[in-house]
Amino acid sequence: MSKKEPLNKAFTEGIWKNNPVLILLLGMCPVLGVTSSAVNGLGMGMATLFVLVMSNLVVSVLRHIIPKKMRIPCFIVIIASFVTIVEMLTQAYTPALYRALGIFIPLIVVNCIVLGRSEAFASKNGVVRSIADGLGMGIGFTLALFLMGVIREFFGNGSFFDLSLFGENFNPVLIMIMPPGAFLTLGYLLAFSTYMKNRRRTKEA
Amino acid sequence: MTIGMLLMLSIYAMLVNNVVLMQFLGICPYLGVSKKSDTATGMGLAVIFVMTLATAFTWLIDHFVLIRFDLVFLRTIVFILVIAALVQFVEIFLKKSIPALYRNLGIYLPLITTNCAILGTAILAVQKDYSFLVALVYAVSTGIGFLIAIILFASIRERLDTSEVPEIFRGVAISLISASILSMAFMGFAGLVRM
Repeated sequence: MSKKEPLNKAFTEGIWKNNPVLILLLGMCPVLGVTSSAVNGLGMGMATLFVLVMSNLVVSVLRHIIPKKMRIPCFIVIIASFVTIVEMLTQAYTPALYRALGIFIPLIVVNCIVLGRSEAFASKNGVVRSIADGLGMGIGFTLALFLMGVIREFFGNGSFFDLSLFGENFNPVLIMIMPPGAFLTLGYLLAFSTYMKNRRRTKEA
Repeated sequence: MTIGMLLMLSIYAMLVNNVVLMQFLGICPYLGVSKKSDTATGMGLAVIFVMTLATAFTWLIDHFVLIRFDLVFLRTIVFILVIAALVQFVEIFLKKSIPALYRNLGIYLPLITTNCAILGTAILAVQKDYSFLVALVYAVSTGIGFLIAIILFASIRERLDTSEVPEIFRGVAISLISASILSMAFMGFAGLVRM
């Protein structure tokens, strides 16, 4: 991406056109692991969003200081620091969410999106653009997780944000909130995004 | 812990609570390196190897450095750096001393640093307060669980290549749906061991 492209493009890129989950297929572990309900998906998305924005910010500030050959370890240390901050904050203020997300909070460190954006964008662009990119990618990631959470909670629990939708007699499709449901939902979502892409292409042609 | 309990833990980590299909750790290599069975086997073996070493090292550091000096909040940062350094070191060591093994596992080693199954297992082993021996058994069994899952999945994908799949499902989408069915099969192990 050249520097002349407008700022809003750096922002919107990650939300739809290059959505980290549905298009780039990055950071799949939390997408499958924590989306058994809408709240969990949203919480995990927000945690990743925070780490993405902050690490993009710091990496782009330090981009001329960090030596080229040592950049990956430096990025990892920066990311791990922010992950530790998120871990402590969720533990202190939202203990229920902390328990639900469990191991996946420390694992934001090895989420390929975060390191990928530091390497591909923040280390080459200015501070404001890097923040915009982090926000866009983070929101795209959050939206995908939220969507997964809503779908799985709707079928598997018959509810939306713990709000029962169908009353007492509803027989939930339990498999949707169990592990196989995660693979199944993501598989169908990817097929749907391919379908949309194909349709747009045939319309343009 | 008795031998019987160790065996139960091992079966639990391998099949009942499979690292990929039940815990969703290490999805990236699982989807990325499972196009052919032989590369999948290589990746699986490399994961067992690194997972055991990484869990051993991080357990020792956790007990003799972090807990002793009250630095447990640094766990995430220290573990990821230890694992990254360890992988580099293992790569150099294998290249120099056991070239035969390096030829088979070498290309998978750099990929493993960012494999969340490794960091995840290391963190889970210390979070669950396992003793050193138990943590080792846990790590080896988790690694074997990964190997089983990725070999099965690679064989399925080899068959998928030759079958006719609706256009929009081609590629990752149909793989994920097959993974879902495989995961359902693994749910059958649920009653095997109670932990």
